[in-house]
Amino acid sequence: MGKPTGFMEIRRHDRPYAKTAERVTSYREFLKPLSDAELRDQGARCMDCGVPFCHNGCPVNNLIPDWNHLVYREDWRAALEALQSTNNFPEFTGRICPAPCEAACTLNINDDAVAIKTIECAVIDRGWQEGWIAPQPAARPSGKRVAIVGSGPAGLAAAQQLARTGHAVTVYEKHDRIGGLLRYGIPDFKMEKATIDRRVAQLVAEGVIFKTRVHVGHDLALKALVDGHDAVLLAGGAEAPRDLPVPGRDLAGVHFAMDYLTQQNRRVAGDAVPEAGAILAQGKRVVVLGGGDTGSDCIGTANRQGAAGIAQLEILPRPPDQEDKPLVWPYWPNKFRTSSSQEEGCERDFAVVTKGFEGVGGKVARLRAARVDWREGRMIERSGSEFALDADLVLLAMGFVHPVHEGMLSEESLGIGRDARGNVAADTTSYRTSNPKVFAAGDMRRGQSLVVWAIREGRQAARAIDLALTGRTDLPL
Amino acid sequence: MTMPPRQGLYDPSREHDSCGVGFVVQIKNRKSHDIVEKGLQILRNLAHRGAVGADPTTGDGTGILIQLPDAFLRTEMHKQGVVLPPPGAYGVGQCFLPRQDETRALFVALIERLIAAEGQVVLGWRDVPVQSDVLGPYVRSLEPVMRQVFVGRGPATPDQNAFERKLFVIRKRIQVESHAIMREGSKTFYIPSFSSRTLVYKGMMLATQIGDYYRDLRDPRLVTALAMVHQRFSTNTFPSWRLAHPYRMICHNGEINTLRGNVNWMAARRHSMKSRALGADLDKLWPLIPDGQSDTACFDNALELLVQSGYSLAHAMMLLIPEAWAGNPLMDEQRRAFYEYHAAVMEPWDGPASMAFTDGRQIGATLDRNGLRPSRYVVTDDDMVVLASEAGVLDIPERKIVKKWRLQPGKMLLIDLEEGRIIDDGEIKARLAAAKPWGEWLKQSQIHLDALGEAPAGAASPRGSNWPLLDRQQAFGWTQEDRQFFLEPMIQEGDDPVGSMGTDTPLAVLSTRPRLLYTYFKQCFAQVTNPPIDSIREELVMSLVSMIGPRPNLLDVDSADQHLRLEVKQPILTDAELAKIRNIDKLTGAAFRTRTLDICWPAAEGAEGLEPALTALRAAAEQAVLAGDNILILSDRAAGPERIAMPALLATAAVHHHLIRKGLRTETGLVVETGEAREVHHMCVLAGYGAEAINPYLAFEVIEDLLAGLRGKVDRDKAFKNYVKALDKGILKVMSKMGISTYQSYCGAQIFDAVGLAGEFVAKYFAGTASAIEGAGLAEIAAETVERHRLAWGEAPHLKAMLDPGGEYALRLRGEAHVWSPDTIAKLQHAARGNSVAAYKEFSRLVNDQSERLMTLRGLFAFKPAENPIPLDEVEPAREIVKRFATGAMSFGSISREAHTTLAIAMNRIGAKSNTGEGGEEPDRFVPLANGDSMRSAIKQVASGRFGVTAEYLVNADELQIKMAQGAKPGEGGQLPGHKVVGQIAKTRHSTPGVGLISPPPHHDIYSIEDLAQLIHDLKNVNPQARISVKLVSEVGVGTVAAGVSKCRADHVTISGYEGGTGASPLTSLTHAGSPWEIGLAETQQTLVLNRLRGRIAVQVDGGFRTGRDVVVGALLGADEFGFATAPLIALGCIMMRKCHLNTCPVGVATQDPELRRRFAGQPEHVINYFFLVAEEIRELMAMLGFRRFADMVGRSDRLDMQRALGHWKAKGVDLGKLLHRPNMPTDVAIRNAESQDHGLERALDHHLIVQAAPALERREPVRIDIAVRNVNRTVGAMLSGEVAKRYGHAGLPDNTIQIRAAGTGGQSFGAFLARGVALDLAGVANDYVGKGLSGGRLTVRQPADCSIVAHDNILIGNTVLYGAIDGEAYFAGVAGERFAVRNSGAIAVVEGTGDHGCEYMTGGIVVVLGRTGRNFAAGMSGGIAYVLDHDGDFASRVNRTMVDLEPVKAESEPAPSDPRQDPLAHDAARLKLLIERHRLYTGSALARDVLARWTEFLPRFVKIVPTDYRRAIKAMQVPAAAE
Repeated sequence: MGKPTGFMEIRRHDRPYAKTAERVTSYREFLKPLSDAELRDQGARCMDCGVPFCHNGCPVNNLIPDWNHLVYREDWRAALEALQSTNNFPEFTGRICPAPCEAACTLNINDDAVAIKTIECAVIDRGWQEGWIAPQPAARPSGKRVAIVGSGPAGLAAAQQLARTGHAVTVYEKHDRIGGLLRYGIPDFKMEKATIDRRVAQLVAEGVIFKTRVHVGHDLALKALVDGHDAVLLAGGAEAPRDLPVPGRDLAGVHFAMDYLTQQNRRVAGDAVPEAGAILAQGKRVVVLGGGDTGSDCIGTANRQGAAGIAQLEILPRPPDQEDKPLVWPYWPNKFRTSSSQEEGCERDFAVVTKGFEGVGGKVARLRAARVDWREGRMIERSGSEFALDADLVLLAMGFVHPVHEGMLSEESLGIGRDARGNVAADTTSYRTSNPKVFAAGDMRRGQSLVVWAIREGRQAARAIDLALTGRTDLPL
Repeated sequence: MTMPPRQGLYDPSREHDSCGVGFVVQIKNRKSHDIVEKGLQILRNLAHRGAVGADPTTGDGTGILIQLPDAFLRTEMHKQGVVLPPPGAYGVGQCFLPRQDETRALFVALIERLIAAEGQVVLGWRDVPVQSDVLGPYVRSLEPVMRQVFVGRGPATPDQNAFERKLFVIRKRIQVESHAIMREGSKTFYIPSFSSRTLVYKGMMLATQIGDYYRDLRDPRLVTALAMVHQRFSTNTFPSWRLAHPYRMICHNGEINTLRGNVNWMAARRHSMKSRALGADLDKLWPLIPDGQSDTACFDNALELLVQSGYSLAHAMMLLIPEAWAGNPLMDEQRRAFYEYHAAVMEPWDGPASMAFTDGRQIGATLDRNGLRPSRYVVTDDDMVVLASEAGVLDIPERKIVKKWRLQPGKMLLIDLEEGRIIDDGEIKARLAAAKPWGEWLKQSQIHLDALGEAPAGAASPRGSNWPLLDRQQAFGWTQEDRQFFLEPMIQEGDDPVGSMGTDTPLAVLSTRPRLLYTYFKQCFAQVTNPPIDSIREELVMSLVSMIGPRPNLLDVDSADQHLRLEVKQPILTDAELAKIRNIDKLTGAAFRTRTLDICWPAAEGAEGLEPALTALRAAAEQAVLAGDNILILSDRAAGPERIAMPALLATAAVHHHLIRKGLRTETGLVVETGEAREVHHMCVLAGYGAEAINPYLAFEVIEDLLAGLRGKVDRDKAFKNYVKALDKGILKVMSKMGISTYQSYCGAQIFDAVGLAGEFVAKYFAGTASAIEGAGLAEIAAETVERHRLAWGEAPHLKAMLDPGGEYALRLRGEAHVWSPDTIAKLQHAARGNSVAAYKEFSRLVNDQSERLMTLRGLFAFKPAENPIPLDEVEPAREIVKRFATGAMSFGSISREAHTTLAIAMNRIGAKSNTGEGGEEPDRFVPLANGDSMRSAIKQVASGRFGVTAEYLVNADELQIKMAQGAKPGEGGQLPGHKVVGQIAKTRHSTPGVGLISPPPHHDIYSIEDLAQLIHDLKNVNPQARISVKLVSEVGVGTVAAGVSKCRADHVTISGYEGGTGASPLTSLTHAGSPWEIGLAETQQTLVLNRLRGRIAVQVDGGFRTGRDVVVGALLGADEFGFATAPLIALGCIMMRKCHLNTCPVGVATQDPELRRRFAGQPEHVINYFFLVAEEIRELMAMLGFRRFADMVGRSDRLDMQRALGHWKAKGVDLGKLLHRPNMPTDVAIRNAESQDHGLERALDHHLIVQAAPALERREPVRIDIAVRNVNRTVGAMLSGEVAKRYGHAGLPDNTIQIRAAGTGGQSFGAFLARGVALDLAGVANDYVGKGLSGGRLTVRQPADCSIVAHDNILIGNTVLYGAIDGEAYFAGVAGERFAVRNSGAIAVVEGTGDHGCEYMTGGIVVVLGRTGRNFAAGMSGGIAYVLDHDGDFASRVNRTMVDLEPVKAESEPAPSDPRQDPLAHDAARLKLLIERHRLYTGSALARDVLARWTEFLPRFVKIVPTDYRRAIKAMQVPAAAE
């Protein structure tokens, strides 16, 4: 239970970043791990709450008090067991999760939360380092075949769970590498991609077959998959980006964020990116539209590419510096945050709506915007507030609306049912779509979300599929 | 209607009674009618110890036993022409016969037939003349026909003893065969007595009526030398003639806690029992103890059997109620040998008891080992002995009295009329102890396990243990919590671990997880009708000695039985110890033969395999016993992938009950070798169902595994020892909760309620256990067991490397479900802080929505909506509904002042009530704040510790709540560790900062129902305006107790569910003690309504109330009012850390740490918002149900429907029908609180005192008052003190302002709560509870001038004197009973001798004892000082030295301090002298005069007693003072 009085004696201390000047020179991760003694102290701050709010704040219900305690006791091996019993990929979440667990930590009521994410990351990194993490192939095959479409965190988590319980799993990925958004959406400075490769190797050793460059719905009909397997899990992303239909949208230099980020990730991975379609920020005045995580990733990347200046516009008003904690805790608070990428340099503006783009020679040069007020959830443009902003590169990072409907999810395919928001319809108990053999999990089912939610859905869907295929399941929640 | 039949949750077998008991005897056997009259006079003077029912002319029963009045009967029969044979050659059967002529004729014929069949002669019948019109109409409608049958001794019956045996056999046969007569009126039939020596007149009437009813009793020709009388106080109001005492041989004031076990063990002996005296007649006596009798009747049956088999009366009583011998170093060897020998012969009948007994030739009385009932006696100069529950029951001139004494714990008083003398305890016992070479016999037959050599090497190769430890743990359902929350602390601390807040997980039967069978059993506990024991501070009465193996023949009176018996000091066996037992044939020359029975079955058979396996196991056990194997080991060592272990409890109970049914159980020992049992509760349930010893082998293996992780912090031997020690302490605690002292009596006593098990299943394997709601049967239990097995040996990935998380004690993924989850807590807080209807609705939906998770019994109910709902605006407004709410009892100390006062302000603002909890309240809170708010708690709690319970505290209350038990730990006391006793808390509790405080498990002034009536009377006297409430905890039988509480004239009763929270409680109690409130409330409602007692008492329910739906279910089941504790705390910021016991509450609620208290962010508005949101939810439900007024909803269980959990694999068998039962009563019988109690306060003597003290009360002018008192004047001085406190607070009046001189016998609670300024002097004697709660006044009791006995050799005042005294002085020129100055916080007292447990739990004040003390002096004493004059130099051996040091009192030159309380570490001699001088001054004590006269000679013989912590704390306080 950590140390009963630990929280009163020890201050929160988290992984520091490398200095800005230093970190923007490369795409390497810049978080500096804590020492063992520091980690033990941070573990001691955990109070082993009777009702561990962190454990519910965490979408995969990580057994946080347990491994905090074990780290305090320096029993790293047992901490690893506990961690892996709820989370297939703690090394992903330990790096890129926004840590809703820490928002829910009871110390966050009137003190600083336990450094949960740091401890999580340390436990799993230690596990890899010590060679404690080995493949866990199933004892005997079940004789059932499962196809998974999409190799992002949801697909990978489901694949691992299903393989470990004996099902023959094949993962279909449209890209040439495994990882989906993890691989192509998240910059290396947030998570180096060897982290994914290491896991993929483990999955392969556990019997998972990966088929890349197979775009289901295009290269291979979904029906064929359904006919050839006992179950199919749709674990793709919510990849249809929200667009901005304003004048000048078709000017060169206005791009979706994901196109931009994917390119840079490919470059870091050593893939050749043709000069022709290259999107680069070097020397440019960059405007990022959208104040979320993707926007931040664009900023971090643009800074590393040597942008001349970066502005980030958000349509919503600036959040308060502090949330109204008594009415918000333990839930995720809306408050003003500065990401590491924003810290590296950018201008931020809020309550700004983009009215259009103006270009020179077919290339974007300026952006027209106006200020808005928000009343009862409605946006009202402030008259006379229009202004212009110079821009050579505009990145649209305004989120994603739903999965791509063309191809696999189209009427012409199997006609898988969709919900009102355009996502694949399936509940969170059975994860079953309108087709009894087809299941769905992750962003494709719930819409764009966190990696940790994808892992949760992948695990739970695997359990639901196991239950559906064999009539019972020992896969854990 | 007599006793109503079993219905709903009401079960007549749970009725309790208690009472006043007494006898008067002419030692020289001179018979006179005067003795009868004296007997009747005793009854009249004990009337207040009895009770009257709903109808004031209906008493609970009374009776008198006399010697057979030969001359009278002879003349009477002569009138019929019957000439009786000489005395001794005839007997009389007193009969209650049915009124219906035809039925009666059948009984008469039966009686005559059986008399003849046993070779005796029917001489004739006599109609007993009665005066029926003295009875109330209700009782009269049930009056039997009273006749006496006269039986002549048959020619083949050699002498009177043989004749008595025959009469006994005849009566038993009549009783057995009478059951065949099933006619109208049959149930009336009963035989009060059937003897050639004694005759019993008894019946359902008031003490004042019996002399008028039975005309014989008024007849001067009716003479006897002894009269044994009894006045009953039962918890019910049903006229029952047969339940009146005396029984054939005894009168009893008390309760047999171990009854179920005792009765089972008697049955279990059938095969082994043989009697030389009774011979073949023994077989006719079965069942020895018929079903459905009261505990006293059962005891009477057992005593009769022993006496008729040849035991002497005294010997039999010592066998049944032995004094505490195991832990008594002061007992001589011979006597100890006697008891130890007999321990194997019979298990004690354990429980509080003042038992009077007689066979017509001897009469005597004995007290239980703990002295939990009062018994006072006097001997006169004309050879009369009068013994009664109270002093002063007969007016005997002082000059005639030669001795005044009391029965002492475990001691016996015996008068032999044939020898014409009193035989005292020492002589009786010495004689019996020397009668046989018990010690020798013991040596020959008793084998101590410790003394056996080691088992041969390799002999104990356990099978199956090669499987991995992890898998085996999983097979037995071990969780991470078992290791982390139980074993780890146990091996480190040697204590049962502690936790806080209540339990909010589903009952085992509602859980979706496989749960161990143990968890379906809830521990029962003592409340009101008998006290729990403090197993730590009163360790001397406790014993874990267990006898394994065959028991000797009970009826073999004279010779050493050939049976060897095996004794263990405690029942938890290590592997090595079990190996010895397994190989015991080799170690004892084959005197024992052990047989190990495998309790596993083939996994291939699945769940269906369990039942045949059980059948086979029972058969195998029976075969083994018949084949001579006399120790059976039930073992699950063979469990593995191919073998499934039965639940060890099921296997044990199945074998135990099977062997009982076959009459074979006492021929063998039962030892359980199991990997399943690990925590205290498991051991207790195994013991409760027959395990004489338990080897939890897997726990030991797990400990070894844990030791690796602890890195040498604890070594292996120490860890094992600590684990066994923790279990032992825990078992003792669980036993003591029920008031049971010995493992031997606990073993097989089944002190559990089954919650959620099918009745059929219980009847088959756990016969005699109560099960209120049905539930899982064998199939479900088998399914759970198989599921555990499958998970253990299967492929579940998360169980490959680690155990299941458990999640019982802290929420975890995959663990047990909790009602308080992050979401419910968050939503509640958001609702309360933001007054948000939306958030509240989400909260209540989460809690109420039972569609997915079945969490509580109330969740299984559905409402029956009205056909025509009512518009919401016509429903009673929320502001009225919230007045029915109260917050729970949480002490200032357990929660911070901030939290405590915020709750009070909130509740006062809305006209609801907050509760002080135990621990007093700071007086500044009695004054309203400038803004109109008030921090005064409307409810003042009176708990066993009586901390801060002053007259001032009591008068500043709207309600006074007597806490009998607490939901989270019923039957237990509490402890506030020294580090929490800081500043204001210490001050409020009138204690010393830094010194820990102990609340005893029992209220030491409530050992019985009539004691509770007394405390209610006391409190009502101090504050007549306050409602008096009694807080009970739900268990089966609580309804019966509540009925008793209503008869005790409580205005209010609270039924708490087991879910209730706590600041700190052993986890064992938190989860396993007490029942859901739904069961207790429903039983309470049904029992009160059936008894017509509901209207006069308000019923409150609490324990896990969260939403309006909870409240509505509670109202429909019968509650008027509702308590909430956890939910309002959560509204104030509590986040259920469950760390209250660690003082580290991070939100400032349950902590005294100033830093953390600063984090408290709760506001009164939060609480108010929450309660109004709840009330609005209630209104919506009322509208839906069609109730305009809340009151109309109370008791309407017909508006609830069972929503059977059909889809749930375990819970589908649950049947709540019994909870919904509504007794069929006339419409004028109230089903909710509608009237008020008659407290009879107008008779209080204090009214006169108050009138006479008017000048003092109004103008502070001194007054002097003279009064006469009798034992029926109770609580003298309390009402007057209340008046003082109301006007002048705790500071009171100047000393001696009101001087009262009283003469006579002081009734109970004489001088209770006496306020400062009142000086109360009594010339005479006084009863129990003198000076209870003394609040600054001065009390003196001294002998009257015309009494010539030596004061310091005679009893002067009763038991439990100065209990909870806060301040003031008391001088007693004579000897006090047991527990003198228990929980004294600050009074100064001088006394000339005390009983056992003197100064127990004392925290302050000064006590001087100028004479002998009893044993266990200063147990649990954490403060104050005492001086004892050690005349004989052996005082040290009677002190419990756990917490105190003894020091000589040195002559010193320091002057006496101006205040004797000043610096308790110095001024000893001067202080002592000052106090003795005062004693002489106030009482005229001859002893004091003597001591002072020879001061230098006496001074060195004084011993000073100082608690070690107290000294340390005082010194710590002196340091800064000196520095200044």
